[in-house]
Amino acid sequence: MFKNILKSALLAITGLILFSCGSGEKEEVVNVYTHRHYEADQKLFDMFTEATGIKVNVVSASADELIQKLELEGANSPADVLITVDAGRLYRAETKGLLQSINSETLNNNIPSKFRNPEGYWFGLTYRARILAYSTERVNPEELNSYESLTEPQWKGRVLTRSSENIYNQSLLASIIAHHGKEGAETWAAGLLSNMAREPKGSDRDQVKAVAAGEGDVAIVNTYYIGIMLNDANEEERKAAEKIAIFFPNQEDRGTHINISGAGVTKYAPNKDNAVKLLEFLSSAQAQEFLANINFEYPVNPNAEFSDLLKKWGNFKADDIHLSVLGENNSDAVVIFDKVGWK
Amino acid sequence: MKAVKRSYYWWNKWTGYSLLILLLVATPLITILIKLFDSPGGSWSHIANTLLFGYFQNTIFLLLGVAALTFLLGVSTAWLVSNYEFPGRKYFEWLLILPLGFPGYIMAYTYVGILDYTGPIQVFLRNTFDIHFKGSLIDIMNLPGAIFILSITLFPYVFLITRSSFLQQSKTLQEASFLLGANRLKTFIKVALPMARPAIVAGIALASMEVLNDYGTVKYFGVNTFTTGIFRAWFSMGDSNTAIYLAAILMVFVFVILFLESIQRGNRQYAAVNGLQKPTARIHPTIGKKILYSGICLSIFLLSFFIPFLQLLNWVSMTWDKVVNKDFFLLIYRSFGLAAVSGLLIVVFSVIMLYALRLSPFKWVKNITKVATLGYAIPGAVIAVGIMIPFIGLDKWIYGTLFSSKTAGLFFSGTLFALVFAYIVRFMAVGYNPVEAGFQKIGIHVNEASRLLGIRSTKTLWKIDLPLIKTSLVSGIILVFVDVLKELPLTLILRPFNYQTLATKAFDMATNEMIAESSNAALIIILTGIIPIIFLNKLIEKR
Repeated sequence: MFKNILKSALLAITGLILFSCGSGEKEEVVNVYTHRHYEADQKLFDMFTEATGIKVNVVSASADELIQKLELEGANSPADVLITVDAGRLYRAETKGLLQSINSETLNNNIPSKFRNPEGYWFGLTYRARILAYSTERVNPEELNSYESLTEPQWKGRVLTRSSENIYNQSLLASIIAHHGKEGAETWAAGLLSNMAREPKGSDRDQVKAVAAGEGDVAIVNTYYIGIMLNDANEEERKAAEKIAIFFPNQEDRGTHINISGAGVTKYAPNKDNAVKLLEFLSSAQAQEFLANINFEYPVNPNAEFSDLLKKWGNFKADDIHLSVLGENNSDAVVIFDKVGWK
Repeated sequence: MKAVKRSYYWWNKWTGYSLLILLLVATPLITILIKLFDSPGGSWSHIANTLLFGYFQNTIFLLLGVAALTFLLGVSTAWLVSNYEFPGRKYFEWLLILPLGFPGYIMAYTYVGILDYTGPIQVFLRNTFDIHFKGSLIDIMNLPGAIFILSITLFPYVFLITRSSFLQQSKTLQEASFLLGANRLKTFIKVALPMARPAIVAGIALASMEVLNDYGTVKYFGVNTFTTGIFRAWFSMGDSNTAIYLAAILMVFVFVILFLESIQRGNRQYAAVNGLQKPTARIHPTIGKKILYSGICLSIFLLSFFIPFLQLLNWVSMTWDKVVNKDFFLLIYRSFGLAAVSGLLIVVFSVIMLYALRLSPFKWVKNITKVATLGYAIPGAVIAVGIMIPFIGLDKWIYGTLFSSKTAGLFFSGTLFALVFAYIVRFMAVGYNPVEAGFQKIGIHVNEASRLLGIRSTKTLWKIDLPLIKTSLVSGIILVFVDVLKELPLTLILRPFNYQTLATKAFDMATNEMIAESSNAALIIILTGIIPIIFLNKLIEKR
C-alpha cells in the first residue's frame, strides 16, 4: 500500500518536472497580467504574435488583485507586463517595487512625456476623459462650465454619477485634491453630493440612461462609454445615447480630467525583451489607431489618427497635472468620499 | 472495558483521513487567521469611525430580509408541491429550482435592464402609448431591491432541501395528526414544519452565506456591506490587513449563523428510526384552491426565472453573432469540467469526514469537522489570498531546494490544481450539508446492524450507507457543480494563463458595461445549470 503511494508520488513529480521543462523551452512568450478586458486587446495581441512570433499569455483580473498576486509571487512571478486602466494603480505597483525601469527609444518617441513615468516604470497606452454628458432637451450647454460649477445651487437635484467605489471617480477627486487641497476637495464632494438627482449607483451607462430618461440632467462619465452606447446592438441604447451631448469641463482653466490605461514591465519579468517589444508594438501608431477605433479611447501616440467619433467631439484641453498625482492622492480621495457620505 | 472501547472509536482510518482533509482545507483559513495577528492597516481607524456601522446595518438587514423572503418563497412552494395536486405541480417541482442557475449579479443586471429606460417595458410604453417615465420603472437599485434579487436567486436552496424533507417525512406521523383531529394547516405548523426544521434552517443558512459572499449585486446597487468593505479596504485603499480584519468580523456573522443552526438542531435526531417510508399521499384540493396554488407557483417562477430569462434571450438574439465562436465552446467545455471535478471531489471528501463522524461518538469530532465547511462564508477573494500565500511558499521551497534556482516560475500556484483546491475550500459546505442531512436521515441503526454482523466499516459504507444516501450524494455534486459554474472572484484570481470560464467571460463583458454581450455566456451558465437540476429532480422523485 505504502509502496504504491510512494510510486505514484514519484511518478507525479517526474511528470511535473518533465512537463515544466518541456514547456519552458524555445517558444518565445510574453506573460501579461491585465485589467483590460476588451475584445480589441485580444485582437491586438494576436496581431503582435503574427508580427513577431511571440506568443502572448494573458491573465485578466482587477488591477488590485493582480498587484496582490505580483506581490505574493515575488521573484518567482511568471508575469512580464502589468496593464491597468488607471494611472493610480500603476503608481501603486511602482511604489510597491513591482515594476522595473525601461529605457526604450521607441516608447519615448511614441508616447509624450506627460503620459509616462519619467523613469520609465510605466507608460500610458490610451487616455480617456471624464466629461459631462448632458440632456440636449433640458440643458443649455452655456450653463455648463466646470466640475466645480456643478456644486452651484441651480444644479440641485440634477447631477448624476456613480458610486465612489469606482476608480474613475476616485481619480477625479484625487485631481481635485491636487488643485484645491483636501479641504477644497471635501467641500466640492459634499456640494456635488447635495446636488445629486439620486443616490450614486449603477454604471456609467446607467447614468447616461438616467439623463435620457429625465431622472437627472447632467452626468459625469467617461467618454468611451458614450461611444460604446452609440454603437450598441440595441437600437434603444443608441437612441438613449443620442439624447445626450458631451461637454468637456474646465476648458477655461486647468482642463478636463483625464486618466490613462497603461502598462509597466514587472520587476522580475522572465521575458523582459519580449515585454518591451509588446509595449513598443502597443504604442505604435498602427496599434493605437486600432484601439482608438474599436474602443473609442484616445490614443497617446500623437501620430495615431483619432477615430471619427473622437474627431467629431473635437480637441479639448486636458488637465496636465502629472498622472502620478492621481495615485498619490487616491487614499485621501477615498477617505473624503466616505467622510461626506458619497456611497 | 469502557476505556478500550473509547480508544477503538477515537482512532480509526476514517478519523485519520478526515483530519488530513481537514488540515488541507483549513490551510487558507489558518493563513488568514495568522494574518490577523499583524496589526490592522492604516485605514482601519477611518473605516471603524465612518463606515463600520453602515456595514453592520446593511449586512444585518440584508441577511434578515433574505432569510425571511427565502423562507416564505421556499417553504410555501415546497409545501404546496409536496402535499397538493394541482395543475402544473409536476413541472413546478423542477421549474422552481431553475433560478439557482442564475448568478446573483447577472440577475441584478438583468432586472435593471428590464426596468430601465431602454428596457422592453418602457420602450413598449414609450413607443406605443407615448408614456414616459422619469428614471426606472421601479427603483430596485437599493437595499430592498438587493434583498429581492438575492432572494429570488437563493430561495431554491430552501425549496430543494425542504421539499426532500417533506417528501421523506413519514406518513404515519401526519396520519396520526389527522386522526387526532388536526387539519392540513395545523398539521403543517405542528408536525411537518418542526420536522422539516433542520432542512429549512440548513437551506436558509446556505442562502445566508451566499448573501455574505455576494459582491456583484450589492456593489452594483450601491448597498455597502462587509463584503464591499473588504474590497474597498483591500483594493481601493490597498490595505490588505484591514481587509482581513473586516473578513474576520464577517466570520463572526458566519459563526453566529452556524451556531444558531447547530443549537436549533441540538442533539435531537430527526430521522425516523426505521429509515425510509412511503411519503404522504398528495391531496386534491377544490378547483379554486388548485388555481390559487398554481397561481402562486407560477408567479414565483415567472419572477424568479422566466422573465429575466426572456430578457437574456432578447439580449442574446441581438449579440450572439458577435460572441459565439470556436472559443466560446472551449469556454463551455472548461467550465463544465472544472465544475464536475470539484463537485465529485467535494462529495467524496464530505463522505469521508461524515463517515468518521458517524463512527465516532465524540462531539469534538463533529465540531472540528464543521471547520471544513467554513470556507463557504469567506469571500472568494480572501480565500484566494489564503491559498496563494501557502502555495507560493511551497513553490519557492520546491525551487529553492530541488532546483536551487529562484526565477524559474511556479509549480502549483497558477495551475488548475490551485483553482480546484480553492473551489473545494470554498464550496465544501455546499456538498457537505446534503450529505450530512442524508446520513442523518437514514439513522445509525442500519450501519450498526451491518457492523454487528461483522462487516468492515469500508464495506458497510459501500454496501449500506452510500446506496441509501445516493440522492443526497447526487444533490451534493449538483449543488457544487452549479456553484462552481457561477463562481467568480476565486476563478479570476487563481486561474492559469489564457484560462477563461463562462463566469469570467460574462463578468469581463459586464464590467465593460456590455451587458447584452455578456448575456451569451450567462445564458450558457444558466442552461448548463438546468440540465443537472432536472436530473436531480428525477432522482428525488424516484423515491
